[in-house]
Amino acid sequence: MKRLKKQLDKIKPQFEKGGRFQKLHSVFDGFYTFLYTPNETSASGVHIHDANDSKRTMITVIMALLPCCLFGMWNIGYQHSLAVGIPEGIFQNFIYGLWAALPNILVAYIVGLGIEFIFAQLRGHEIQEGFLVSGLLIPMICPVETPAWMLAVATAFAVIFAKEVFGGTGYNFLNVALVTRAFLFFAYPTKMSGDAVFVSLGGDKAIDAFSGATPLGQLASAASDSAPQLTDVAGLPLTLSDMFWGFMPGSWGETSTFCILIGAVILLATGMASWRIMLSALIGGVAMSALVHNFATPLYPATMLGIPEQLCLGGFMFAIVFMATDPVTACRTNVGKWIYGFLIGTMAIIIRCFNTGFPEGAMLSVLLMNCFAPLIDYCVVNSNIKRRLSRAGIKS
Amino acid sequence: MAINKKLLPLVNPLSKDNPVIVQVLGICSALAVTAKLEPALVMTISVTAVLALSNVLISLLRKTIPTSIRIIVQLVVVAALVVIVDQVLKAWNYEVSKALSVFIGLIITNCIIMGRLEAFSMSNRPWPSFLDGIGNGLGYGIILVIVAFFRELLGSGTLMGYQVIPESWYAAGYSNNGMMILPPMALITVACIIWVHRSRNKDLQE
Repeated sequence: MKRLKKQLDKIKPQFEKGGRFQKLHSVFDGFYTFLYTPNETSASGVHIHDANDSKRTMITVIMALLPCCLFGMWNIGYQHSLAVGIPEGIFQNFIYGLWAALPNILVAYIVGLGIEFIFAQLRGHEIQEGFLVSGLLIPMICPVETPAWMLAVATAFAVIFAKEVFGGTGYNFLNVALVTRAFLFFAYPTKMSGDAVFVSLGGDKAIDAFSGATPLGQLASAASDSAPQLTDVAGLPLTLSDMFWGFMPGSWGETSTFCILIGAVILLATGMASWRIMLSALIGGVAMSALVHNFATPLYPATMLGIPEQLCLGGFMFAIVFMATDPVTACRTNVGKWIYGFLIGTMAIIIRCFNTGFPEGAMLSVLLMNCFAPLIDYCVVNSNIKRRLSRAGIKS
Repeated sequence: MAINKKLLPLVNPLSKDNPVIVQVLGICSALAVTAKLEPALVMTISVTAVLALSNVLISLLRKTIPTSIRIIVQLVVVAALVVIVDQVLKAWNYEVSKALSVFIGLIITNCIIMGRLEAFSMSNRPWPSFLDGIGNGLGYGIILVIVAFFRELLGSGTLMGYQVIPESWYAAGYSNNGMMILPPMALITVACIIWVHRSRNKDLQE
């Protein structure tokens, strides 16, 4: 390590003002601070410093994502072994899933970071760490069989149009990972839904009873005159415990409610995510599920699901734990967070149940509320000002 | 390169004073008719014709129109021309006329036309007004054609209805971007053109 540091220090002057690679100084800076803590301190004025910089925030979120990520990789292999009818060991399943998921993770990171680097160079900014989390989230919320080039196009679109044009990390008003997914969903609908994309077959022949549709996909295409029976990829009935532990097909990072809960605990314990948003979104989801279940009709098959199934299926839990709590795109005020979370929860269930075009509503509800977050904050702040003015007896 | 001053009304709207990307007018139709190249071209010709002729007519009438009712007079002139264009299209190119549906009729409400009548032809002689109409029509058309080119190429894989992207690409896993057919991508494409244009013309940056 010491030798590396010496080497870096030796080439450092070339990247400073007047040096040969002056234009690439933010690239150098990015790598340098990634490897070693910067030792610059502020020269003037009073500053409050926190050890919790954005690098540490990102690393913590990555750690919270790891259970989902590792489980998801294993689940890809497990679904594959179910689909081809050959039981495999835990380790083989994991290796299979790792090889299936790794290309997409690499593509998302290379494209996204590449664009971030280019923009940082052009603007003379420092490279921000914002994409570390997005780059992992993007492949996790997409079907495992998403072609790499589509992922690259969608990632480029999201990073440029949802983030860089607004000023880069910290200025985006939409969640970058969700914009990527939304772009894929609307641009290539056939590659993002149906029963051929959520289970990786890897060229092997599937068993006869195979059905690759996700539980919510099955509901969306179910005949509207009977209560549908949800099945796993081998055609066996899906139990609530399967749904909770995540032994079902889906976008590979979000199937296991259990692993998402581990992530939620990590995020809450370290104070990275707002418990207000998570709790209110959960309340909203439960309330809306109870409401639609009360008026369940075979016309909209998803309304027949009970509350636990509604919460465990699809991307609902993943969205409220990792997406809704993104501090950049969520509401800032505490009251606003309650409203924002609650509406995300209710909206996700409404879209899932009543919009037959979209099997899952979590993505759209978070994006929609991202748009409204500044408005909610504005109203909360202004009503607070009004209340305080009237309390002080001043008429505005 | 010095441009003849008399030709300025024709040249300015093409880039420096473009009605769509600088004045941000006529966006509605730029979103609606640009999913394919052919309707975009027809729309360009129609708007240019209506704009040039109405500019000339209003310029001829400018001294006799009472100020208090000038908007109504302008509307009557524009509406008459739009109806003529609509009928001509129906007679000669019914397919495109059907594809454009109400948008030919809606040329009446295109802000570029009312904008040019008010801003230019009410205070200029017929010949410069004619040039201004042609210039603005073409300036509008350039943007429409660029947007339609990208939307049709990426969204349908065709240009003017002919297959451009080879079948072998589709066999290799390429697929058309369905989002390009939807209006939001027209907006984003226009935004990209504005982005490029502003970065080349620093004086337009706010």
